[in-house]
Amino acid sequence: MAPSPPASQDALLKVEGLSKVFGSFKACDNIDISIEPGEIHALLGENGAGKSTLVKMLFGVLEPTAGTIYWRNQPVVIASPGEARRIGIGMVFQHFSLFEALTVAENIALSLDRSVSIDRIADEAARLSREYGLPLDPRAHVADLSVGERQRIEIVRTLLQNPELVILDEPTSVLTPQEADRLFETLDKLRSEGRSVLYISHRLEEVRRICDRATVLRHGKVTGACDPRQETSGSLARMMVGSEVQGIHDKDFTPRDEVLLEARGLDAPARSPFAVSLKSIGLKVHAGEIVAIAGVAGNGQSELFDVLSGEVTVPRKDAVRIANHDVGQAGISARRLLGASFVPEERNGHAAVGDLPLSENVILARHRSDAKAYLGLGMLKVLKRSVVRRTAARICEEMDVRKSGEDPAASALSGGNLQKFIVGRELDRQPRVLVVNQPTWGVDAGAASRIRQALIDRARAGAAVLVISQDLDEIFEIATRIAVISEGRLSEPESATSMTRERIGLLMGGIHGDEQADLAHAS
Amino acid sequence: MRLDIEKRAAPSRLFTVLSPFIALVLTLIAGGIMFAALGKNPFYALYAFFIQPLNSVWALNQLAVKSTPLILIAVGLSVCFRSKNWNIGAEGQFIAGAMMGSILPIMMPGWTSPLVLPIMLVLGMVGGALYGLVPAILKAEFNTNEILSSLMLVYVAQLFLDWAVRGPWRDPQGFNFPQSITFPDDAILPSVFPPGAAHWGAVFAVIAAVATWFVMRRTLKGFEINVLGESERAGRFAGFSSRRMIYFAFLFSGALAGLAGICEVSGAIQQMRPVISPGYGFTAIIVAFLGRLDPLSIIVAGLVLGLTYLGGEAAQISIGLSDKVSSVFQGLLLFFVLGCDTLIHYRIRLAVRRPQGEVS
Repeated sequence: MAPSPPASQDALLKVEGLSKVFGSFKACDNIDISIEPGEIHALLGENGAGKSTLVKMLFGVLEPTAGTIYWRNQPVVIASPGEARRIGIGMVFQHFSLFEALTVAENIALSLDRSVSIDRIADEAARLSREYGLPLDPRAHVADLSVGERQRIEIVRTLLQNPELVILDEPTSVLTPQEADRLFETLDKLRSEGRSVLYISHRLEEVRRICDRATVLRHGKVTGACDPRQETSGSLARMMVGSEVQGIHDKDFTPRDEVLLEARGLDAPARSPFAVSLKSIGLKVHAGEIVAIAGVAGNGQSELFDVLSGEVTVPRKDAVRIANHDVGQAGISARRLLGASFVPEERNGHAAVGDLPLSENVILARHRSDAKAYLGLGMLKVLKRSVVRRTAARICEEMDVRKSGEDPAASALSGGNLQKFIVGRELDRQPRVLVVNQPTWGVDAGAASRIRQALIDRARAGAAVLVISQDLDEIFEIATRIAVISEGRLSEPESATSMTRERIGLLMGGIHGDEQADLAHAS
Repeated sequence: MRLDIEKRAAPSRLFTVLSPFIALVLTLIAGGIMFAALGKNPFYALYAFFIQPLNSVWALNQLAVKSTPLILIAVGLSVCFRSKNWNIGAEGQFIAGAMMGSILPIMMPGWTSPLVLPIMLVLGMVGGALYGLVPAILKAEFNTNEILSSLMLVYVAQLFLDWAVRGPWRDPQGFNFPQSITFPDDAILPSVFPPGAAHWGAVFAVIAAVATWFVMRRTLKGFEINVLGESERAGRFAGFSSRRMIYFAFLFSGALAGLAGICEVSGAIQQMRPVISPGYGFTAIIVAFLGRLDPLSIIVAGLVLGLTYLGGEAAQISIGLSDKVSSVFQGLLLFFVLGCDTLIHYRIRLAVRRPQGEVS
């Protein structure tokens, strides 16, 4: 890790001790950052590292819990995006806020405080887009534009405010490589005019290519500051994912030959402009092993989970196989009846319903698989609440779920306890196949180790366990084999003993095709 | 200083119970102000509107007649709204049910049999359900906004009824009045306590409310409805289909609205007219929300809103105001009910903060 460069006295933006606390969770913890005039400054970090929270505070969307923001050496309170824009901060969000039925110029007009005629805006936008190499027809309807073109509207809209600092949140995550190249030219131009850019990304190659300095966040803290050009992708990845905990490989369970979960040439088209399409995913998970899929968020993890769980079905029956049955077209209930269990990433509103008590959240996942025990009176399907409550109590005891009251609403539990409950709910069925997406996402250390132990125990008992995770420490702690997902493609799983963080970082950073094949051969 | 609206960690039980009552009180206060502004004594006006209509057996029967369709429709809507399917077209389904059920007595008045009435009731439910099916198909298959499509279909149904009663269904011996023949005896829903006006629809309403309450509270179907309404994603995880739920919700609420329609025509009006509802299908939306989408509470809420119709009639007679006053009260009530519901999930408090955006 390079020593952090000294913050000069005339920094454009300086942040000291900035913190944001949600409940007991520190999203940003005592962050210091300084941005010089005329630099492209990268903010690096995994999802959940606190990048978005930080820039939302800088842009006045969130109110900091503690700390000071200095703008040109003056302490400022930025209470709203309007104020941020007034002092000279512009932001291009990852998800656009555009009206599809309106034209480009009309969309821009909507964001301006004063009323200017549409024609003048169109002229101004046309001029800006020429100047900055962002080809854009102001009279086109947004609905007809590609994602890259839509992003240009957002950028032009921001530039119209003549900002001194432009914040870009994961700008290339929605762009093709060619569109990204064009964006980089625009950023160069901004820099040459003396404007600063805060560039949020987890793509290491592009950060190394265009950024002058980088600040790395992990778990809400600044873990490094460096000149990305002096670093390798590997060293940047290490700063991002941390290297305090070394891989532990003393897992005393042995995989068997029987394949319980399999994907064969699994394709799935993207279901929305922001979704990722899955491209011929091949994967075998044997009884008694834990296969982990590493990857930076938004590279197809949730899409993969959805097609494996059956929440989204695929046309080809044998694209997904569970316990030697073709289940590509089968729904999640049918897959559960084959002995599979699923733990999605999102706790509230997916794995559990916050307003419902824990017992009803047991019914949520198990009303088909445990129909005999939980439902009575035949066709009426009357819920046997006392039986379900006993199951909930058993799960809470088994997984050491801390709760207040007999059967509290799921939302009353802390994130870690709810996650223990959800994992416990699935393990309580003793599934033969278990697919878990981000098992310890936003969970405290104690709960995380409890959950990881439970996953290992389940594999030892002979289940096929697939873990999708962004936490490399976790992956090395529990996995027998590791694969990496990047832009909807899955690398060949490799033994956890031979896999290194550096290799994972490279695979994550978007090395595809031939290069990936070469690497796979090399290992 | 500013007002902060803060999300509560858990929904407040106190306000879940209190909010409809706060809304009622606020409605009465706002109504009192309105009467005062119109130059009437607000206390007498409120008395005439809400108390006086309840002082006779005849009036109580009338209350039952007015509340019956409200309760039937609102019970169906509660299932719709719980699953977050916004069926605003119950008025149209009410008319469609009434028309479908009336086919038998109007087109085959000569057929007398104890079967006539049951068939009419079933046809009424089928008619309402089929009419509810239209916005359901549009939503499930074409992703059309059901609020608009169901609402627009109300006007289609109203105009179709108007045409039918002025055209093919007009009573040949009716001196060209736009109304059908009076239904034969076999086609008339009897009174519960003869000679009171309250017909058996009131009993159906209570049965529907209790049965729906049981399904919602005790069975997997009710669980499915709740889960899909809370979170479509969680519903999919549970293996429930939100697409099938769209069909179920619209068919169910359509059938109950249709039943309300045929009960109203067969029990209360006893013939077809160009207008058969003073807006029951819309008022039932207020009933459903005032009853917190709980079928048993909806019975009480239905009686309250039924009273606003009676009050409107009384207001014309005793204080000389237009019966549009009832619409005003219904609107006020819905406004306050939805407003007070904020208190269940949010806490309102004064926050003091230093002036913002200053470069000090």
